Amino acid sequence: MPAIRFSDLTLGYDRHPAVHHLSGEIAPGSLIAIVGPNGAGKSTLLKAIAGALSPLDGTVTLAKGKRLAYLPQSAELDRSFPIHVYDLVAMGLWGTAGIFGRIGFGQRSKIEAAISAVGLTGFEGRSIGTLSGGQMQRALFARLLLQDADIILLDEPFTAIDARTSADLLALVQRWHGENRTVVAVLHDIETVKRAFPQTLLLAREAIAWGETGEVLTANNLLKARRMVEAFDSHAAPCAA
Amino acid sequence: MLYDLLIGPFAEFDFMRRALVGVIALSVSGAPVGVFLMLRRMSLTGDAMAHAILPGAALGYLVAGFSLPAMTLGGLVAGFAVALAAGAVARLTVLKEDASLAAFYLISLALGVTLVSLRGSAVDLFHVLFGNVLALDDDVLVLLSSVASLTLGVLALVYRPLVLECVDPGFLRSVSRSGGVVHLTFLGLVVLNLVAGFHALGTLLAVGLMMLPAAAARFWTADITRLILLASGFGMASGYIGLVASYAAGSNLPAGPAIILSAGALYLGSLLLGSQGGLARRLLPRAHLQR
Repeated sequence: MPAIRFSDLTLGYDRHPAVHHLSGEIAPGSLIAIVGPNGAGKSTLLKAIAGALSPLDGTVTLAKGKRLAYLPQSAELDRSFPIHVYDLVAMGLWGTAGIFGRIGFGQRSKIEAAISAVGLTGFEGRSIGTLSGGQMQRALFARLLLQDADIILLDEPFTAIDARTSADLLALVQRWHGENRTVVAVLHDIETVKRAFPQTLLLAREAIAWGETGEVLTANNLLKARRMVEAFDSHAAPCAA
Repeated sequence: MLYDLLIGPFAEFDFMRRALVGVIALSVSGAPVGVFLMLRRMSLTGDAMAHAILPGAALGYLVAGFSLPAMTLGGLVAGFAVALAAGAVARLTVLKEDASLAAFYLISLALGVTLVSLRGSAVDLFHVLFGNVLALDDDVLVLLSSVASLTLGVLALVYRPLVLECVDPGFLRSVSRSGGVVHLTFLGLVVLNLVAGFHALGTLLAVGLMMLPAAAARFWTADITRLILLASGFGMASGYIGLVASYAAGSNLPAGPAIILSAGALYLGSLLLGSQGGLARRLLPRAHLQR
């Protein structure tokens, strides 16, 4: 059973498709990058997998009983809210603790381990407003660690972040892959994809190519993706397919 | 001398003790609600909802005179109705929530004043608008303390998702569907506390004991737990200082406004001297640290 299955999936806004007739499967334990030009529907696809957007047509199906975690590109996070890094990270335990569950000794050591895994030890008592962009992303990754999800969705996780932080966070992604979790990441940096992601979906509203990264990211395919027309035609006829 | 000023009035007069108990009850629950309103950037929403309670309370007054149950019920119904209607208008039309709230509360205020004037005198109107904290009877005190207890209990129940909804609503949506319920519950607490405040401080000032202590506390701490405790403390302190000042000034200084003025003074003092972004810290920067 695949971790994620798209069947004739069309996503969009206001009837205009952002992802058009996408079908395919992502096997459990995959580490897959989604790349493509701006407006290709990459973030939209992640949103639909996370269940934050309902399809115009077709379906996204997740494997039953699998936990999902989603890190959007620009989280709607209020960084002026007076809360400590420790508590922000601890939110990752929602899946097990819920509204009333106790955060006991075992959980506390998990939280500390997650904070240490992203290199933020010593920052526990800092309020989130004082973190740099890279430190914030580290904290959000620590929260992801605690979510202990089987399917992890990352939307441009390394954008606007220094090289060392990207490298550290990429190492966490590799660790998740080693633990046989399914990781789907939207990325811009082709070099990172070639180096670290075995599989790639090249998306330009439709799937241009999907498979082994080396076979997907050919000059020819990238050129094809770049030719995608970005603009909507406001007089477009209804899609017959 | 000091005894006469600070303790005497409460030892001597029953109505002063009742007033003190009333404002303490209001501060215990109103201030935490105010903290969350502030953190969710809904301070003006609170103000608008306070006005929205008026026509409901006025209807209760029209039907039954100064009857506690009638005015409480009317206020609760009107407060919920306006909160829900403003939300619905914002969701279903082009108007944003702040504009629709402003529209609703202006209508409510005008309607409420008209309704009270239909039957009552100018004194009654004054009572409805500014309350009468020195005339709290047993029933009102029971209402205020019940509201305080209920509010603290409910806040404790929804605390985790409420904080989460403030910090990172997208994350809460991704892990739980409780966001909407929590938001409505919170609005309910706001209305409940405003109606409680209405009985002591009137429509126009009820929100003062909610927002001013919260805003003042924000200048002293960046930790939500301390923020809530400090805001409650500020609320109680303003209640006490306001009552003492009003008593000392005789009939020249009405108690309700004196309480809100004390809260205002605490706010202005915090704005000037507060350790978290207060003006003095900004104008007189201290030497920066080594690391």
